[in-house]
Amino acid sequence: MSVMPHPTTTPSVGKTDVEPQAAAVTLKGVGITFQLKGRAAFEAVRDVSLSVTDGEFVAIVGPTGCGKSTLLNVAAGLLTPSAGSVAVFGAPLAGLNRFAGYLFQADALFPWKTARDNVAIALEIAGTPTAEAHARADEWLARVGLAGFGPRYPHMLSGGQRKRVGLAQVLIRDPKILLMDEPFGPLDAQTRQIMGNLLLDLWSTDRKAVMFVTHDLEEAIALSDRVVIMSAGPAAHIIGEWRVPLARPRDISEVRLDRAFHDLHREIWEALKGEVLKGYAQTGG
Amino acid sequence: MTRSYLIALQVLVAVAAIAAWHVLTTVPIFGVTVLPPFFFSTPHDVAARIVKWFAEGSIWKHLWITLLEAMLAFLIGSVAGVLVGFWFARKPLVAAVFDPYVKIVNALPRVVLAPIFVLWLGLGIWSKVALGVTLVFFIVFFNVYQGVKEVSLTVLSNARMLGMNERQLMRHVYWPSALSWMFSSLHTSVGFAVVGAVVGEYLGSAAGLGYLIQQAEGVFDVAGVFAGMVVLAAFVIVIDLVVTLIENRLLIWRPVAAETRG
Ligand SMILES: Nc1ncnc2c1ncn2[C@@H]1O[C@H](COP(=O)(O)OP(=O)(O)O)[C@@H](O)[C@H]1O
Ligand SMILES: [Mg+2]
Repeated sequence: MSVMPHPTTTPSVGKTDVEPQAAAVTLKGVGITFQLKGRAAFEAVRDVSLSVTDGEFVAIVGPTGCGKSTLLNVAAGLLTPSAGSVAVFGAPLAGLNRFAGYLFQADALFPWKTARDNVAIALEIAGTPTAEAHARADEWLARVGLAGFGPRYPHMLSGGQRKRVGLAQVLIRDPKILLMDEPFGPLDAQTRQIMGNLLLDLWSTDRKAVMFVTHDLEEAIALSDRVVIMSAGPAAHIIGEWRVPLARPRDISEVRLDRAFHDLHREIWEALKGEVLKGYAQTGG
Repeated sequence: MTRSYLIALQVLVAVAAIAAWHVLTTVPIFGVTVLPPFFFSTPHDVAARIVKWFAEGSIWKHLWITLLEAMLAFLIGSVAGVLVGFWFARKPLVAAVFDPYVKIVNALPRVVLAPIFVLWLGLGIWSKVALGVTLVFFIVFFNVYQGVKEVSLTVLSNARMLGMNERQLMRHVYWPSALSWMFSSLHTSVGFAVVGAVVGEYLGSAAGLGYLIQQAEGVFDVAGVFAGMVVLAAFVIVIDLVVTLIENRLLIWRPVAAETRG
């Protein structure tokens, strides 16, 4: 099922598809410069243009510290870019992105709330009665494989379980856009695969626009429709984009055995290596 | 090491200390009593005094007064500390303006205020409550201030992305964080409430454990002083146990028990 006769991939290096009317998130010429107290300004990201269409799963890959989290913060409306513009479903973004659910890189659960309350609160603040919110929170906990873990506090859960609670907390609000920042980063390889399949499973029921940040190229290819590669910082930018020609539904562990997977992986690596070496020549010479 | 073994050792220390005290105050060694009972009393006299107090029932009134003063001091000091701590943390300008004054008042040894409180509020319980409040307030204030300021930025961002407004942030993020810091200093603040009450009584009052000890000292009744100290110690231990029970209930979500004991 996952094998698709698609030996030739069509890279669209350095280009973004222009679909302004349909795009869930559009970043145009975004630059982010941090003003550090008493020191020179730090330009983290320069001139990033990227658009994610509704229902599209986009993975953003780049070395640690290149500005991936920063870029997601911009898409979430938590950070105003120093240059460029952000649009959400065609409208310029002002303040927080109300369409987005954000799964943070660091622990973001409320430590003083149980797993159930952590998930239910997302509904309760929007006015859902407590009893109903709790019932739906339990449903969502079951859906992410944590049935019966409702009464536990975050510190009584493993890292992977906490990420699942976070996922339920974000998804229970049914956001149209899903921002995920290295959600499986600290997990072991097996758990990553299970979580990846879980994510694809949940996503397939109602395809949200997803911006998925990772530093793992294989994970990016296995999950996404499109892989966006960023250069190392400072002044990180997009090196290239590749469409992923793998059929859905996918199984994360099976898809890695696919020819197309390997071809794409090699191709992206070739381009990446070239860029990285170029970067060295410019700065290191 | 098992728990019962540990308790046995702890009891052994008490027994040894009391036995030493008994021997040194009652058995002459080479014709000399090392610790004259006039200055050091004897375990027997102290125990007899405590039994007498409880048998006559006179002690209850003093215990109750001290407990009442400590509880009032704790309640008023905590409420004030929480309110002001919140206010300062949410209004940086206010915090900046008052910062030096807070530091000055906190650096002041509070005992010097006791006579002034007696002057203002009389010899009744309120001058003792006031002294306790000045002690409790700063502990709670600093902890709440810290708790509100040190809310994890990620948790805060998450709350905002989930759609919380200012009021909901207060209730679901700042408030629990501030309370957890306050509870983590519960032992310290309750302890200081008792200190405020007893010291206040000692410096001038008509009832309470501090008064009892001060009265005994006034007539060189060493047995009375020691008996008062023993009752006070037991009183503090009981309160500390109650606080531990409350703390375990309130901080159930915490991975480790509170660490900020004074
Ligand atoms: N608030 C900030 N102030 C100054 N520099 C920052 C700030 N946030 C991030 N940076 C810098 O911006 C760069 C990108 O950070 P980040 O987006 O967290 O990287 P990534 O998520 O790709 O690992 C890093 O070099 C980091 O040091
Ligand atoms: Mg990051």
